[in-house]
Amino acid sequence: MSEHIISLQGVTKEFDTKGGKVVALKDINLDIEAGDSYGIIGLSGAGKSTLVRTINLLEQPTEGKVLFDGENLMALKNKDLNLKRRKISMIFQQFNLLMQRDAIGNICFPLELAGVPKEEAIKKAQELLKVVDLEDRAHSYPAQLSGGQKQRVAIARALASNPEVILCDEATSALDPKTTKAILSLLKKINEERGITLVVITHEMDVIKQLCKKVAVIENGEIVESGKVAEIFAHPKTQAARKLFFPDGENKELEGSSKTSTKHRLRVVYDGRSAYDPTIANMIMELKAPVNILYANMEVVGDEQKGQMVICLADNKEMAEKQKKYLADHGVEFTEIEAEEEE
Amino acid sequence: MDAATLASLLWEGLLQTLYMTLIATLVAYLIGLPIGVSLIVTGPNGIRPAGVYNKVMGFIVNIVRSVPFLILMIALMPYIRKLIGTGIGTSATTAALIVAAAPFVARMVEQSLLEVDPGVIEAAQAMGASNMQIVTKVLLLEARPSLLNGAAVAGITILGYSAMAGSIGGGGLGDIAIRYGLYRFQPTIMWITVIVLIVLVQVMQEIGIKVAAKLDNRIN
Repeated sequence: MSEHIISLQGVTKEFDTKGGKVVALKDINLDIEAGDSYGIIGLSGAGKSTLVRTINLLEQPTEGKVLFDGENLMALKNKDLNLKRRKISMIFQQFNLLMQRDAIGNICFPLELAGVPKEEAIKKAQELLKVVDLEDRAHSYPAQLSGGQKQRVAIARALASNPEVILCDEATSALDPKTTKAILSLLKKINEERGITLVVITHEMDVIKQLCKKVAVIENGEIVESGKVAEIFAHPKTQAARKLFFPDGENKELEGSSKTSTKHRLRVVYDGRSAYDPTIANMIMELKAPVNILYANMEVVGDEQKGQMVICLADNKEMAEKQKKYLADHGVEFTEIEAEEEE
Repeated sequence: MDAATLASLLWEGLLQTLYMTLIATLVAYLIGLPIGVSLIVTGPNGIRPAGVYNKVMGFIVNIVRSVPFLILMIALMPYIRKLIGTGIGTSATTAALIVAAAPFVARMVEQSLLEVDPGVIEAAQAMGASNMQIVTKVLLLEARPSLLNGAAVAGITILGYSAMAGSIGGGGLGDIAIRYGLYRFQPTIMWITVIVLIVLVQVMQEIGIKVAAKLDNRIN
């Protein structure tokens, strides 16, 4: 047994297309600990769906190793791989339920595949329907269920084989905000109460913020940044991470006011329990130079309350330096926002 | 010809037609269904791609399908005679129908299975389903309504072929229509057989649609 339940080592995936070779994943190294809720975020086409499919070998990597519980899945025969796959469940954006089976029939499906006796399977499925709060819809067919209900059935189905891991491939992207929230809190409960490891693929930062403790940012088939969600939120190192974490807090503002000084912008991140506003107010009074607040909000990120603010310092370079020094002296954490390179 | 003779003549023809159509459809499915499944499974996006097999089988299916039924039946006559002792009559026609219909059925099955959402197949794979389980528990069951509609179309096509076989002594309603309607110039008898054939087609189509809809859980 290894402490990492999932470990991708040097995973590369190339596709042969008519236009030549396309590299979908480049030398991915990723370790996920048991019990984690691990987010993988990227824009469409970044390779995140391919990445999650290498974990259960729905996509065979061109190079590298995929370890599950310390065992190299790529070395397994089909039959043994199928046994391992029962420990790695998956839920999908489009739910992928069997349309010709009712809810309970869908939940029984993985048990049926595993040869569990029918009565036992039905009993288990009924319990799982309770877990996902759908007891009254046992005999409804997917066509009769709403998106959120379908995903609940899919989650119950994913739980049926007593998995160690659930891979969530854009599991809430087809749902409205309210349903998304409910599904995310259900997944969070499953992670916390059952200790099932979650691997969450998404393009939405809100999903990561609500559900994940750790995150990897993927761009052009490479993991450009990874770590604890709260840390990356506070100090994103790469442009890709900033873009994803602050889609409107930073870039939109930059676009809108690109003619004015874009050099003296700071992103201030602070612990939500203390307030830095007086510091900024004091700074304005003390240095007698205005600061423009472009954006401010407060949210829960990976279980921590974080506030962030984008401020525009004085145009005067000297004054801007003074302001930065003032903030630093008063223990305010900030990162400078660089003007985005012209594209 | 008095009414009683005519009735018994038509009744016999109807039974022969039903017999030929039913047996030929059944056996054509026994052969065509596995071929259709194998074409999907081994296709480029199948669960077990096998390019060479897929191309060769697809080619054979296309060749048999491109030969008009009447010509195929005549071409097959000597072989069928060798096999079952006669080249004409209902048994010989049934044998020829099977050869003609099996590739047609294979393509119908292939089309139906193509409609199964690839996402559902992927989900089954992620659950550790074997390829056999995917075929029996996902592909065939999810495509059930479409397969049943296809079966009605296949049955009707085979019925039509069986009537064609009448022109070369194949037995059944087609045979009666040609013998009495064409050779003896009794258009009434011909029209009666045509009407019976139309009713048969309607009934088969209706049954196909009704059963398919009844067994389709996507709509209700």
